[in-house]
Parts: sequence; structure tokens; C-alpha cells
Amino acid sequence: MMHETLTTQDAAVNTGTVVGIVGEFTDPNALIHAAEAMRDAGFRKWDVHTPYPVHGLDQAMGVKRSILTYISFTGMLGGLSTALGLQWWTGAYDYKLNIGGKEFFNWQFSMPIDFELSILGTAIFTVLGLFALCKLPTWYNRYQEDESFKKATDDTFVITVDCEDDRFSEQGTQEMLRRLGSKNVHTVTN
Amino acid sequence: MSVSHLEHNPASALTEPIRDPLVLGNPSMKDVTARIASIVEGKITIKYLLTVTVTGCMALLGIGALLYTILNGIGVWGLNNPVGWGWDITNFVWWIGIGHAGTLISAILYLFRQRWRNAINRSAEAMTLFAVLCALTMVLSHTGRQWLAYWLIPYPNQMYMWVNFRSPLMWDVFAVNTYGAVSLMFWFVGLIPDLATVRNYVRSKVAQKIYGFFSLGWTGSNRHWHHYEIAYMILAGISTPLVLSVHSVVSFDFTVGILPGWHTTIFPPYFVAGAIFSGFAMVMTLLIIAREILDLKQFITIKHLENMNKVIMATGMMVGYAYAMEMFIAWYSGSAWERWIFINRALGDYAWSYWTMVTCNVVAPQVFWSKKLRRSIPLMFVVSILVNIGMWFERFTIIATTLHHDFLPSSWGYYSPTWVEISIFIGTIGIFLTLFLLFAKFVPVIAIAEVKAIMPGAQPSHHHDDHAHTEVAK
Repeated sequence: MMHETLTTQDAAVNTGTVVGIVGEFTDPNALIHAAEAMRDAGFRKWDVHTPYPVHGLDQAMGVKRSILTYISFTGMLGGLSTALGLQWWTGAYDYKLNIGGKEFFNWQFSMPIDFELSILGTAIFTVLGLFALCKLPTWYNRYQEDESFKKATDDTFVITVDCEDDRFSEQGTQEMLRRLGSKNVHTVTN
Repeated sequence: MSVSHLEHNPASALTEPIRDPLVLGNPSMKDVTARIASIVEGKITIKYLLTVTVTGCMALLGIGALLYTILNGIGVWGLNNPVGWGWDITNFVWWIGIGHAGTLISAILYLFRQRWRNAINRSAEAMTLFAVLCALTMVLSHTGRQWLAYWLIPYPNQMYMWVNFRSPLMWDVFAVNTYGAVSLMFWFVGLIPDLATVRNYVRSKVAQKIYGFFSLGWTGSNRHWHHYEIAYMILAGISTPLVLSVHSVVSFDFTVGILPGWHTTIFPPYFVAGAIFSGFAMVMTLLIIAREILDLKQFITIKHLENMNKVIMATGMMVGYAYAMEMFIAWYSGSAWERWIFINRALGDYAWSYWTMVTCNVVAPQVFWSKKLRRSIPLMFVVSILVNIGMWFERFTIIATTLHHDFLPSSWGYYSPTWVEISIFIGTIGIFLTLFLLFAKFVPVIAIAEVKAIMPGAQPSHHHDDHAHTEVAK
């Protein structure tokens, strides 16, 4: 809220600790181009916030491939082994109950529950893995009061460069973003 | 440059003008946000309140009847010997089947890159959740001593007893609960970015807090989108076999028994096709109402409805094929019991139910051969209702005709429901509609982020590595 009227001109006047620099894009092509330039310039602690996933942006930003698939696969194995273990241990080991002379355990009749629990395990691990990798929930973000930043869930691509980045300099980074076609580039403080 | 844009982007240059647009009126992204997010901010109208009151009363009637059942036992239902399953299981299978269209639209059409799904998947998924809830209500209430329903879960207990994993009824417990849980997770993950959009859109502080809480602090970070897209793909990938398995397992409840009319191998695919058929009909019914009341014609276009009508017609014919094949196999099998039960189905005490089913499910959808008719909203509304009715009668026919004539004529009977069963059924419809109305008012009813992603100009028009080369060359 306090940065509502913030423009590039009075950014330097603002007091408080510098958090980082924010810039807006509206054209996806310019965004991709800018992301590639940022990546190639060696920036690390920066991000692009978009209202929807933009094709090719991961590559342009140099985002490493997610390890989520491995987490999901672990969940699948966990679900499957739980199902097999549960059905074998309860039926064929802990309490053998003869029902119509059927076998105490075999893989054929265990299939439906093996399948369902594999799916359930995958789903739970996928969702929890997603939350862990994205650090969700985090109900606070340093940029959250910035008006440009809020537009990232509406119609604007918002690039943020954190002050902790080795290559960060308030003037230099601002100029670089402007050169790459970003609008309303400004410093965010809190 | 402009020439190379065209070369690099045949999709937008060539296919988009040919196909009907998926979002009408060429809105900006801001319009899309405002159009959908503003629904949650709008005033609650008298019309809305009245509708919720009516559906709420239906729900209360059902809850009252459920309490009456719990207090008195299921003897208050019309079940008898030999008909031990009646409206309870009919409703259970019907509701579970309705849920299937939601998963089909959200998962299978996603994997097949059917972009038209993006306007309707959210409401279809919500419908799945509420339908599964109604199905659970039905199946739990029929267990008799409902307060002991937790015995269905394998847990260490003082009786040293475990559940019987060789029984299809136990598979059903796992299938339905997995289905409910995975549908909930899929729906919620899909909602997170849109809840964040609403959080940043609404003006009221309380609403910002509530939507902020449920959006988990989503910022639209591309580093998050990267994981998110993979998670969504995995959830879609596992939901696809899941949805096929759930109704197959439901059909095992019948097929694993040895009763004529139930003990057939065609049941799993036949049940799945029927589930998708009835689910699409229910999505259709709800969407036709929702796009009128919430004014979503811009997003849920006639093209969406027409595509769904095609699915309804295709699955309707699969179901019709299954009816015919059941008859044929009953004759071809040479089993006197099997043959008799099917003749009895078409000509016996429940013939009225059988022919209602055939008329609604096989005959009614045939009108969609005509392009003009499948684009007619009043007609598709009528057909969707007929299909809902027909699919209910399909389950009733399967259950009642097989049970009411047992192997010995001494165990023959006839089943009709009591007011309690009818009230519970009306109640589940009330619960379903009430939840759907609440959803439509307070949750983004259309997947905002997904609609934006398919709008013209939303995606980069060329691969940028090529662009980088041209830059260097210049």
C-alpha cells in the first residue's frame, strides 16, 4: 500500500531497507528475452511472477528440472508396498481366516488395493512435495505490498531481483531492466 | 522478423482463425480476472438466497430421513428378502458415476490437450467432489449399524480381526476413498493460483485474509509454476487410470457375485462408459444453469456445450451397445438362468424401468446427430435431464431385476421404496446442489489461470533460442 505512488523517480528518496527491484512486462516475447539476458548475466536470486505458466520461461530463466517426479515415484512405491504388506501381513500372517477356501494371500486379488494405494501414495507425495518445493504455505512475501507485484496474479509479468544477489546494484539493475524493455522499474523497500 | 514469426508460429497463424474461439468477445486478461473474481464480491441476490433455501430444505429433509434411519435401523426402508439392495446402492452407483465426468474433463482431456476443457474443468471437478460425498452418504447409511462403519478400515483392534481383502466390497472402500481424496487434492491444487488472484482482487479486508489463507501465499513465481505444472501433470496422469478403476471396482461389487445378470465380464467397461455418460449429462445440466445465472456465456460457449454433447452421444451409444451385448451374451451363453433374467428384465415386473432406461439413454441422445439440435440449449438441457434419469434407472434395473427373482420361485419378491429412501435421495440432491451453489458463489468457478494461458497472445510467439541466434547474426 505504501508504495502505491512509487515511481522510478522517487525510488531513491524512499527510506527503509532495500528489498529488491521490481519491473513489469506485458509482452511474453520481451519477457522471455529479458529472462534470458538476466540468466546470461549471471543473476541467481531473482524471479519472474506470472498470472499463468508461460511456455519456455523455465528454460529462459535457467530453472533446473524439478525433482518432484522422484518424490511422486517414492510415494507410489510407498503406497504399493503398504498395500502389499498390509494385505499379506493381516491375511496370511497375523490372522489367517479361511473364507471359502480362498488363498490367504496372492497377488491377483490384491491388485485393486495395490493399485488404489499406489495412486493415493503418489497423489499425497506429489501434493506435499509440491508444497515443500514451493515452501507453501508461506503467508508472507517481502514484495507483497508492492502494487506492481500484486498485478502478477492479474495481467502482468513481474520480474523481481533480490538485493542479496551478488550482481545486484540499485542503479545498475534498474537500468538493465529498463534496457530490456521493462516498465515501471522501481526499488522496493520495507 | 514478422515473416520469421509466422514461420515459427504456425499454430496461431493457421489454426486459430479456423477454429471457433474458446473465449468470446476478445477480453483482455484484466477483464478475465475481473469477470470471474468479481463473482465472489458481488451482492448475494434474493434469487440466490431463495434457491439456496430450497436446496437447503431438500438437504435437511434428507438429513432428517438419515437420522430416522440411524435411530430405527434400515428396516424403515423398503428392502426385503430377496431384494437386499434398493435405492441405497442405486443412488450410490449413480452418484459415483456422476463424479466421473469431472475427473474425465480435468484429467483425461488435459492429457489429450483438449484446450476447451479449461473453461469447464473447475466446476466439473467441484461436481465430482460433491457427488462423491453424496455417494459416501448413501453407502455409509446402508451399512446398517452406521456408527460401526469405521470397521471397514483395517486397524489393530481388541478383537484381533482384520478386514477381508478378498472381498470386492473392501476394494470399493479403498477405491471410493482414494477417489475422493485424489479428487480433492487435484481440485485444490488447481485452485491455488486462482485463489491468489481473488486475494489480490477483492477489496474487503476479511475476504483478502480468507482467500489469502487458502491461496497459501501463492505469488505466481515461475520457479513455483515449474513445480506446479509437473505436479498438475502427475495428478492428471494418475487420475486417468484412477477414474477408470473406480467404476470398474464398483462394478466388481456386482460381477464377483454369481447372480445371473451381474456375473458378466462386460460390466467394468460398461460401467465406466455409463459413468462418463451420466456425469457429462450432469455437468451439462449444471453448466447450462450456471452460465445463465452467473453470466458466463463468454467463457462457456456454445462450442463447449456442443463438444460435450458429442461426448454424451458417443458414450450413450457405448452404453446402448452394452445393453444389446448383454442381451446377446445372455442368449449365446446358453445359461438358462442368464437367459431368463434378461427376458425378465425386458418383459417382467420391472419392464417399465428397463424401457425408461433404454428410451432415455439410447434413444434420446440420438438427436445430437444434427448439428443444429446439438447447439440448441433448451434441447440439450432436456436431453441432459433425461440422461440423468435414464442412468439412474439403469442402476435400478440392474439391481432390482437380478435380486427380485432369486433361483427358487419361493424367494421371489417385489421391491418398492418407502418415503424414507425417497427422502434420502432427495436429500442427497439437495446436499449436492447446495454445495454447488456455495461453490459457484465463493470459489472461482472458472480456472482463471488456465483460461488466460490459452488466450491469443498469452504465450511467446516463437522459441527464443532461435531468436537469440538472429540477434547474434544481426
